[in-house]
Amino acid sequence: MNKSFSRAASAMLSVGAAVAALTLATPGYAQSSGPIKIGVIAEAQAVAGSSIPQAAQMAADEINAAGGVNGRKIEIITYDDHSSAAEAVRAFQRAANEDHVNAVIASYISEVVLALEPWTGRLKTVMVTPGAASDVITQNIAKDYNNLKYTFHGYLTSTSLADQVCDASKDLLVKDLHMKSAVVMSEDAAWTTPLDAEYLNCLPKIGLKVVDHIRFSPDTTDFTPIFNKIEGEKPDVIVTGISHVGVQPTVQWKQQEVPIPMIGISSQATNSSFWNDTNGATEGVLYQAVSGPGVAVTPKTLPFVAAFNKRFGNNPSYCGYTAYDEVYYIADAIKRGGTDPDKLVDALEKTHYVGTIGTVEFKGKDSPNPHALKIGGTTIPGLMLQWQDGKQINLWPANVANGKMKFPKFIKVGSAD
Amino acid sequence: MTLFWQILIDGFAISSLYALGATGFALIFGVSGVLNLSHGALMVAAVVAAWAAGDQLHVGPYAGAAIGVVIGFAASLLTYFLIVRPLQQSSKIREEEKEIFILTATLLWGIMLQELIAYLYTNNAKTVAPIVEGVVSIAGVRTPSNEIFTAIVCWLVIAVLWLLVNRTRAGKAVLAASMNPRGVTLLGIELSQVYIAVWAMYGVLVGVAGVLLGMFLGVSSYSVGPLTASAFAIVVLGGLGSVSGALIAAYVVGYLETLTAYLISPAYRTIPALLLLVAVMYVRPRGLLGRR
Repeated sequence: MNKSFSRAASAMLSVGAAVAALTLATPGYAQSSGPIKIGVIAEAQAVAGSSIPQAAQMAADEINAAGGVNGRKIEIITYDDHSSAAEAVRAFQRAANEDHVNAVIASYISEVVLALEPWTGRLKTVMVTPGAASDVITQNIAKDYNNLKYTFHGYLTSTSLADQVCDASKDLLVKDLHMKSAVVMSEDAAWTTPLDAEYLNCLPKIGLKVVDHIRFSPDTTDFTPIFNKIEGEKPDVIVTGISHVGVQPTVQWKQQEVPIPMIGISSQATNSSFWNDTNGATEGVLYQAVSGPGVAVTPKTLPFVAAFNKRFGNNPSYCGYTAYDEVYYIADAIKRGGTDPDKLVDALEKTHYVGTIGTVEFKGKDSPNPHALKIGGTTIPGLMLQWQDGKQINLWPANVANGKMKFPKFIKVGSAD
Repeated sequence: MTLFWQILIDGFAISSLYALGATGFALIFGVSGVLNLSHGALMVAAVVAAWAAGDQLHVGPYAGAAIGVVIGFAASLLTYFLIVRPLQQSSKIREEEKEIFILTATLLWGIMLQELIAYLYTNNAKTVAPIVEGVVSIAGVRTPSNEIFTAIVCWLVIAVLWLLVNRTRAGKAVLAASMNPRGVTLLGIELSQVYIAVWAMYGVLVGVAGVLLGMFLGVSSYSVGPLTASAFAIVVLGGLGSVSGALIAAYVVGYLETLTAYLISPAYRTIPALLLLVAVMYVRPRGLLGRR
């Protein structure tokens, strides 16, 4: 009730803001002297979002301590969007028109980033997202490159996420445990549409027959019927696509003692607080990530995590790693190309930066997903972790694994067939 | 056949929880005419308190649950003394406008609590460490023991409430006040004392319902709106102010949702119950057992 009221109110406000922006806004040009300003738009109350401004500030402080960019300091300006698209658009307009930022790091929610995308062209302001996943973000760039080239996808696309889950499942589940069938279980959201499509494509290829595909509303609270239905279908594994939800399905999976393991994308499981939030119910859950505690993906990963932990008292969320890297490669691009938006886009396209999650390179203009990260091999390798006894243990790929897969007692591996 | 038992068992647990949550909401309205739109926020406060006690103070599940109930109780009385009572007693607001003032005030209070919880503990969902773990098999359905525990505690609390209202002097005063407030004052009973008693009872109900919900399903600060809305819908369906109506309506809604989730799709879970609510509004606006 109050939600729909505030939606209506924010819809009215955003119409108002849009009118105001159209009448007032000639694109605000950023200054070419003084500090380099980077706007950060994210929700501070969410675990994933709160790391974004913190990590960005940390990167800026480090760069400034080392002399800045061409003698200019980096200044981070943060805006809390409460994960609302309307609020994020207002923040973006303010960042570009009033605060004259040189670039924006924005949100981990696909719906929010998709709402901001047209504004990057209208206000000629570079935006990099540290956590959204929908492939549509970069597909839009392919359709309207000249207008939307200011948008960069600093995190994996949903299709890449699904591919990494399939690659890991092939080694961990099919080769090692001889699994044959799976049920795909995803929340209904913009980012899971391409994710599920790729799951349905790649799972059969690695030898896992998909016996059912379940999409549920992100405001689902009781997962009992879903798990009961899945159990009736007797798959070897449940492949997940969850981010807005996480604690509740995990707790109910444990409480109901669903005998089928879960693997896939479970964004909340990447948070170090997930064990406590679920009272340990996450024991045995397998989840994809680009980083993990104690895993030296690159020489920069562990020093970053240690410094972050020392300064903020907790581990960064997955968006913390990417936001930290983004400040560095935006600074690097400004050093090479200056602050003119078009030249900055050119410089960012040539990015080759070893960050905390791998080597950052963007796909080119002619790709179906321009400005998406290159994935796999020497770029972003990706990991598959498992919660074990309160710790996040990396299982895959083998060269950076720091433990062996194991499941709680109620899981019956291989008994379903 | 398994499906039948699954629906019966799961529906019973969730309905019992709805019943407990909605009973307090109905009681407050029946006695004092207050629609407490901070209901969901009070429940979430109890859950987060129980979770935080376990997570940060490292107390056991029993102590955690007790702390949750105490916080639910305290938050309820705080709502009464800080928000509701000053408006009820204000001489600056006209009598006939007080209801809408209190409605708005509790709504805003709920939003403030929601934001405070999100600010302090993030908007991630939290769960309360369950008191009983493991599963048992009922008619071939593997049922979490916690689900049975939830249903039993709900009915125990409702039974205690029934005894309190029907068998004790304070309870009878509450019952009388819900029928005829003026009559009660003529008997020399201070209405404000009745109100305090009813908000105290409500506090315990909210605390217990919240903690059980936290053990069974888990909640986040986002749950504040939906929890209030579901209690409101159940109470409207049952008949505003009627506690027994609310109990019946809770089971109607709980089973309708469970049936939908199993037989149609979990994605449409809440829709049939809302359609039923609309239909009841047309055909029988006072609800199933409503008196007004």
